[in-house]
Amino acid sequence: MNATTFFMLIVRRQLLLAVRRPIEIANPLLFFLMVIVLFPLGLGPAPAQLATFAPGIFWIVVLLANLLTADTLFRSDFDDGSLEQLLLSRQPLYLSALAAITAHWLLTGVLLALVSPVFALMLNLAPSAIPTLMGALLLGSAVLSLLGGVGAALTVGLKRGGMLISLLILPLYLPVLIFGHGAVVASVGGLPVAPYLAILGAMLCLAIALAPLAMALGLRISVDA
Amino acid sequence: MWSFFHKLGSPPWLYRISGSILRWLLPLTIVALFAGAVWGLLFTPPDFRQGNSYRIIYIHVPAAVVALAGYYVMAIAGAISLIWKMKMADVALRASAPIGAALTFIALVTGAIWGKPTWGTWWVWDARITSMLILLFLYLGIIALYEAYDNKEAAGKACAVLALVGTVNIPIIYKSVDWWYSLHQPASIKFTGESTIDPSMLYPLLFMITAFYALFTCCLLLNMRAELLSRERRTGWIARLVAESR
Amino acid sequence: MYFDSFQAALSMDGHGTYVWVAYAITLAVLAWIVIAPRRRARNTLTQLADEARRQEGAAAKAKGEEVNT
Repeated sequence: MNATTFFMLIVRRQLLLAVRRPIEIANPLLFFLMVIVLFPLGLGPAPAQLATFAPGIFWIVVLLANLLTADTLFRSDFDDGSLEQLLLSRQPLYLSALAAITAHWLLTGVLLALVSPVFALMLNLAPSAIPTLMGALLLGSAVLSLLGGVGAALTVGLKRGGMLISLLILPLYLPVLIFGHGAVVASVGGLPVAPYLAILGAMLCLAIALAPLAMALGLRISVDA
Repeated sequence: MWSFFHKLGSPPWLYRISGSILRWLLPLTIVALFAGAVWGLLFTPPDFRQGNSYRIIYIHVPAAVVALAGYYVMAIAGAISLIWKMKMADVALRASAPIGAALTFIALVTGAIWGKPTWGTWWVWDARITSMLILLFLYLGIIALYEAYDNKEAAGKACAVLALVGTVNIPIIYKSVDWWYSLHQPASIKFTGESTIDPSMLYPLLFMITAFYALFTCCLLLNMRAELLSRERRTGWIARLVAESR
Repeated sequence: MYFDSFQAALSMDGHGTYVWVAYAITLAVLAWIVIAPRRRARNTLTQLADEARRQEGAAAKAKGEEVNT
């Protein structure tokens, strides 16, 4: 089996597993919606004020949604032993980790980016900033998924991983938060957004190159332990 | 060279040698720290803008410098542990995390106390302070991950991976936070080019930085010894050690 | 010495509280990171010594019973 077929096979398997339990797909979206509702209630409904905070609110909620789903990335595979099969497979673990992350990104990051225009309008974000928001979300959430995968790989063998993974991964999420937020703010202010998207893209390249390596190491440690 | 490397991997040898190093290094370090503090507190002129409050620099800057260096010590130990599977590197990694966390904590607290008379506020969300806070989170993450594993060998390896991931991220985090906000005064000690700090203040500062490095080394060895004792408690050399000490 | 009197060194032109509190906190934290591992090591050693003594005691008792019977 060549690498591409193997990669597609894993992605398909993960997507299929998710489609069979649609509530798992809906959970992050519902979470996204509910947390966004919290902000007008907490900050007051003044449209101008909400519009100022909207970019920050978006990114923080995406961060949290990603964090909460990262914990379950390898959990069921670890429990039913299919993770061990992947470790024993002749295909590099790098590839399977990257495939699992791709599936995770398609189910959280891409979906959140697709529904984000609706929430952007609810929070009074300038409509002209919406394409940038979606682009930044697509790039940024891929980085978040990759970093979250590292945390998930390191904690999957532990019984109480949930809170721990947030402690490990949140500091690593900060650059994405800063530049993702910067992109949206620049777009609202009518400034060029390409530099921000380029930096997010650079982070993504680095993360694709290195994060699956760390994940592979982490998965081996977790399964051996 | 290689024999030294192999000896480093031997717990009894490390335990013995660290004991004889600590016997003179620890008292020396403590004396140096007190001497440096007295020098900085009483024998240096005040800063013409900040007055006497600047004297906090003699603990704030050394703590911050060594806290950052400590993360790299930890990451190098992690790399050694992953590449050569050296047990002692795991122990060193675990040993440096709490020291680094404590030093980062000192840097943050003294910075806040220094900020009050200087800027009129305890806390400013500027680049360096925020980066130090994130460094503290990274240290605490390592400690939390290590403690979460029951199998200490796996814990060491997992922490090694996390430390390396953190090392790749530290420059990125630092740069993005720096970009995000920069209010702090630019770095005043430059080893290349002319220094902007007067020698009468620079020498005690360099002295304190050295003393803090020595203290880091001492604490690293102390922590490693404690960790060795508890990890190797079922081995022959510990039994002999216990028998000798009775 | 820069300060004229002990009083002046304590007050440091009004900044004394900040400076001395910063140094005190640093001292406390540094003392803790030096003392904590030493205490941990000592605890492990005493624990192991106690274990060894117990085992010796048990062995001696077993030996004594052997002689008696």
